[in-house]
Amino acid sequence: MTERRRRDACAISKLITSMEVQTSEDHLKVHKMKKKVLRKQVRAQHTLMRHEGIECISHATQSLVIANAGLGNGMSRHQLLRIVEEYGLVETLLMPPNKPYSFVKYGTTEEAKKAFDALNGKEVTLEDFGQNIVLYINFVEKVFWRNAVPTSLPPGLMVIEKIISPEEERRMLESIDWIGDEDTQNAQKTLKHRRVKHFGYEFCYDNNNVDKDKPLPGGLPEICDLFLEKCLKQGYIKHKPDQLTINQYEPGQGIPPHIDTHSAFEDEIISLSLGAEIVMDFKHPDGHTVAIMLPRCSLLVMAGESRYLWTHGITPRKYDVVQASELGQKVGTITADVGDLTLNRRETRTSFTFRKVRRSPCNCIYPSVCDSQKGQQRQVQPSFPRNEMEASKLEQEYVHKVYEEIATHFSNTRHSPWPRIVEFLRSLPKGSIVADVGCGNGKYLGINEDLYMVGCDRSKNLVDICGEKNFQAFVCDALSVPIRSGSCDACISIAVIHHFSTAERRLATIRELVRLLRPGGMALIYVWAMEQEYKNQKSKYLKEKNASKDMDEEINTGMAQRPLCDQMPDSSSQDSACSDRLPDDSKDEDCDAKPAADSRLPVHTNRTSFHSQDLLVPWHLKGSTKKKGENSDTVSFPAGSKEQQELSPVFHRYYHVFCEGELEAACRSLDGVRVQKSYYDQGNWCVVLEKL
Amino acid sequence: MKLLTHNLLSSHVRGLRPGGGFPLQIQASEVRVRPVPFNAAFVARLVPRLRWAALLEAAESLGHPSELPPEPAPDYEADEPFLRRVHHVLLEVEVLEGVLQCPDSGRRFPISKGIPNMLLSEEEA
Repeated sequence: MTERRRRDACAISKLITSMEVQTSEDHLKVHKMKKKVLRKQVRAQHTLMRHEGIECISHATQSLVIANAGLGNGMSRHQLLRIVEEYGLVETLLMPPNKPYSFVKYGTTEEAKKAFDALNGKEVTLEDFGQNIVLYINFVEKVFWRNAVPTSLPPGLMVIEKIISPEEERRMLESIDWIGDEDTQNAQKTLKHRRVKHFGYEFCYDNNNVDKDKPLPGGLPEICDLFLEKCLKQGYIKHKPDQLTINQYEPGQGIPPHIDTHSAFEDEIISLSLGAEIVMDFKHPDGHTVAIMLPRCSLLVMAGESRYLWTHGITPRKYDVVQASELGQKVGTITADVGDLTLNRRETRTSFTFRKVRRSPCNCIYPSVCDSQKGQQRQVQPSFPRNEMEASKLEQEYVHKVYEEIATHFSNTRHSPWPRIVEFLRSLPKGSIVADVGCGNGKYLGINEDLYMVGCDRSKNLVDICGEKNFQAFVCDALSVPIRSGSCDACISIAVIHHFSTAERRLATIRELVRLLRPGGMALIYVWAMEQEYKNQKSKYLKEKNASKDMDEEINTGMAQRPLCDQMPDSSSQDSACSDRLPDDSKDEDCDAKPAADSRLPVHTNRTSFHSQDLLVPWHLKGSTKKKGENSDTVSFPAGSKEQQELSPVFHRYYHVFCEGELEAACRSLDGVRVQKSYYDQGNWCVVLEKL
Repeated sequence: MKLLTHNLLSSHVRGLRPGGGFPLQIQASEVRVRPVPFNAAFVARLVPRLRWAALLEAAESLGHPSELPPEPAPDYEADEPFLRRVHHVLLEVEVLEGVLQCPDSGRRFPISKGIPNMLLSEEEA
């Protein structure tokens, strides 16, 4: 008996006792059935706990979680509402997207109990699929689901509604000759999951590219000319496309997530949706996904980041999860308002995707996903820098470039300000001028209205986010801040200095901070600590290993979003040595890092203790969002389709984590400053300086 | 970029004379005026921190000659009309598009969507 079964059995026997089931021979059959239901019910309990952190309880409450009745396994809002409303007044019905369960809250505990007794173990037929499923029900303390942050469109993406009339739509659909193609030589295939047809150039699915020397005779169909003219005129595209792929999707068909090969096509890719609407899923390499409704007769324009960095795909299924209140109407993102989601039956959808074949290698700013730039990427692990030039190069490659690429998602993980930094900013007198050097997305710039705060950061993409929030911000390097000397009453430097790769450069950034201050001005500095366990307290960074769901962010890392313990392919960092230190960098002597063996920078295993002060910290791009076992109870969707090829680049950021006393010692080595305070805060070393 | 931010900014290219690089000259192609709630005490505290001449010059160059006196009056803290004028120029006028130019080296820094890009190349810093 497996451990799980044993636990289940144990829980069941308790439950049975509590339900006072009589075990006479007559009742044996009933008992067996009840036992089965109970086993499944307990199994559902465990699944919810393990995968979702939802705790079921044994006493009755107003709220229930109903396993197997979720949007993720084909239950529609409409049907479930009808089922649960039979037993009382439903206050709330939450249906999280892609999950095989739902939550319902009744007006009273009695009603919830009634529903529990009637529905637990009950078989129902999914109206939309004709399949039978069994409901398993548990009580929960309260109905709760954290709605995802309202999603915005991936940068560079547009959906233009009603770009063509129904009449034009009809004509375009009728123009497709799916059969008589042999003679015209237009490439056509029935792929496993959809019908396709190519014009201009044949798209070859073996290498996901086109043969640029072999244009198809006939070019693009004439019927598209007017439409393309319009797109050029409206500025949706800059170049006239010379390649067209027509895809036809029956309900249940889809296309695996992919990025159109960079070297094959130019920047803008446009796609016309005909015949029916569909939901397309966009995914950033960091795992952030956005579902987008493409209405009938609309045009999807993918450019820039959305074209180069995000994958897009259509999940093979017969129903899409859509907003219940605006069924089929709304353009744009499907929000995660779980109180308003339902299923929408798919119809046959035909897309016309127009692209311009690229004639020179791609030089986009997303080398991690660019086939043209693959060879140029550094394969070797970088070494510890031996001089100023190498240090600057290391930071360029392993700090600046990375932040530029991950800026959008990084910003999404950075919204809760740290309390003690807020406290510092609130303590400053009204009318103080404050510089946030390394301001990131500007989460501290609006903390205190009585201050005049300016932010700066090395990452243009992050500073642009500050600008969108109407904060004062500019782009610059922390080593050379373009603010006149002595003009600031206070400065903050939060999670910045640990990205500089030599002791001199770290010291120089502190000197630059001090330069900005007037005499009597204060600076607050935070850096990541080598010691992630201090005074027998583990930092949040270590603790969050097991708490995956509700973390927005905490520690000085972008990693706070999900548990990453099992993701590094090799755990070399466990034993790898501390890197070479500069001869004068003697302040680290008390650290328990091991001496250098070679000068390669070790790669850190996320959410573990540090074994080296200088290291690369991976920003993990989880390959699949699906967890093991999550779909074990689902009945209908082929969710884990084999062709699902996820793109999961890993970005590495360089860090120098500080030992106890190191930051303070660096500050003390400067003239004209006094260390006012020095403390440890959730895995960071912190100093408050005063300029004399 | 508000003019108070401009009043803090200074060019930082290598090899400037001490105190050089200030003030940056503004060539604006798009300027916006956005109302900000007035707070007399807040503005009064900012006044002594300003480089007054640079502020006048900046306002002038944007076509917002500000009716500001050549220097703050000695009793400015109680002078609400004066503080309101300072408030307007400092906090409500913003440069959205344009260029900042270093008065000494001539280095130009673009401003786009209100964000100055002051990043220098390795050789310049």
